[in-house]
Amino acid sequence: MDISALGADGRQWLIQISYLVTAFLFIMGLKRMSSPVTARSGIVWAGAGMLVATLFTFLYPGMGNFEWILPAIILGTALAWISGKRVAMTDMPQMIALYNGFGGGAAAAIAAVELYRGETMTLTMGSLGVIGGLIGAVSFSGSLVAFGKLQGLIKKSWRFGGQQLLNVAILLAALFVGALLASGFTHDVFHVTLFFVLALVFGVTMTLPIGGADMPVVISMYNAFTGLAVAFEGFVMQNAAMIIAGTVVGSAGTLLTQLMARAMNRSLGNVLFSGFGDTGGAVTSGTVSGSMKPIEAADVGVMMAFAQKVIVVPGYGMAVAQAQHKVWELCQLLIDRGVKVRFAIHPVAGRMPGHMNVLLAEAGVPYDLIADLDEINAEFETADVALIIGANDVVNPVARNDKSSPIYGMPILNADKAKNVIVIKRGQGAGFSGIENALFYLDNTRMLYGDGQAAVSQLIQAVKAA
Amino acid sequence: MTAIVAITGIVALYIFMLAAFTGYEVIAKVPVILHTPLMSGSNFVHGIVLVGAMVALGNAQTTLEKVIGAIGVFMAAGNAAGGYVVTERMLEMFKSSGARRKPGGH
Repeated sequence: MDISALGADGRQWLIQISYLVTAFLFIMGLKRMSSPVTARSGIVWAGAGMLVATLFTFLYPGMGNFEWILPAIILGTALAWISGKRVAMTDMPQMIALYNGFGGGAAAAIAAVELYRGETMTLTMGSLGVIGGLIGAVSFSGSLVAFGKLQGLIKKSWRFGGQQLLNVAILLAALFVGALLASGFTHDVFHVTLFFVLALVFGVTMTLPIGGADMPVVISMYNAFTGLAVAFEGFVMQNAAMIIAGTVVGSAGTLLTQLMARAMNRSLGNVLFSGFGDTGGAVTSGTVSGSMKPIEAADVGVMMAFAQKVIVVPGYGMAVAQAQHKVWELCQLLIDRGVKVRFAIHPVAGRMPGHMNVLLAEAGVPYDLIADLDEINAEFETADVALIIGANDVVNPVARNDKSSPIYGMPILNADKAKNVIVIKRGQGAGFSGIENALFYLDNTRMLYGDGQAAVSQLIQAVKAA
Repeated sequence: MTAIVAITGIVALYIFMLAAFTGYEVIAKVPVILHTPLMSGSNFVHGIVLVGAMVALGNAQTTLEKVIGAIGVFMAAGNAAGGYVVTERMLEMFKSSGARRKPGGH
């Protein structure tokens, strides 16, 4: 078929139909991604949708500037493709933050182009464009800060008195200038620029005080933000594919964010505004007494080799040490000896929900050995050994019994109920949240100090020797 | 913008509402183990912002509009491509462990 023979209307119809196909492929793709059996094909469906929409968009009547469009697409695709292929599995969360920020930035750029052009829009369209631009810009700068924090580029959390007030002031200023733009009161370059600068600054100042431990929730929230921004800009552009895909991501992302915050027994507002969740000052807790008792790897090896049942509790420390392969090697040795091995995954272990599952899957651990919190908690009482690798707050019993603790009420893995608790830990410092862990001081707990990978390697030798 | 179908007013609200429910339902049944890949997958899906950025740049007039539009297209393409690659890499591992999985397991 000769597409150039079609009139402008014909092309428009072709584009609309291609967007319908794309929306279908996206929703089917996400649906398939929500089950482990079909997940792999889900991303291929969604990818096909993206390809269809991108190709047909070239047909838009009146499109020009192809000498700008093509290099931008090729450069963006190539850089992201290469970086995405190269990044280590443990660094996935910050890469998702980065790509998500790009999406938000693109939505803001669309709004910026429309606003700089200064066409008169209806109040509804103008408002949607401005709000989408605001959310997109906040998502962009906020995601970059989240990326910087997880990548270790930003180590400090900036906090000072009146910070919330300053944030509110910046947001109000951005909304005020945005309202001027949306109402068509002004269109000049200065006000449009001021609006985006304020939005970008707000994203930074809002994210900076939030501690690294809360970054998964924040990334998930910005993911939902970007979805919404895309949907709003979709209304402005009259683009059905953007509206549907953006809204679906906006609502799915909001639900996911709530699930994550709930798993930590905190509200989203608490995550965003309390400033907790950082390595700041240690929180003193009256229930911690006694001392940490060290143990040698050889003794742990014997203990595990002759155990009936071992439950492994992985945390972010395992990810940092890249110890997942060694951990699975150790567990295979134990399984060969007839020891029953299970992995207990806390919903917020690591830096994202399911982060540990991804790492264990990478190492080749079969699904049926991995259990989540509700499934496994009753089993700790029958376990001979609970092996804690780089997890801290998610096994801290003060969450159950110390009302003064900031993590009181958070559901935890009851690792302290196991007959013996072995904690692999680099040093004696407190966890990511800065809260002392009462588990480390219990009579049935022994500390195995060392880097996760080195310590597990020693355990492998010890089990082989036993 | 010359559009043959106008998505405005109540029609826009209907689309918004139905799409929002769809997103909610799709993720409501997802097991915890797939949360990270699914977040990554939904991150890829909003890479559709690329088509909007293309149209915005395709209609840009001034140099300022073109530069910002090009940055938008660049970032949108990065969102889509990066989102695809990391999601695929994560799900690749699930496939291999899924094959070993015993039927009836969870």
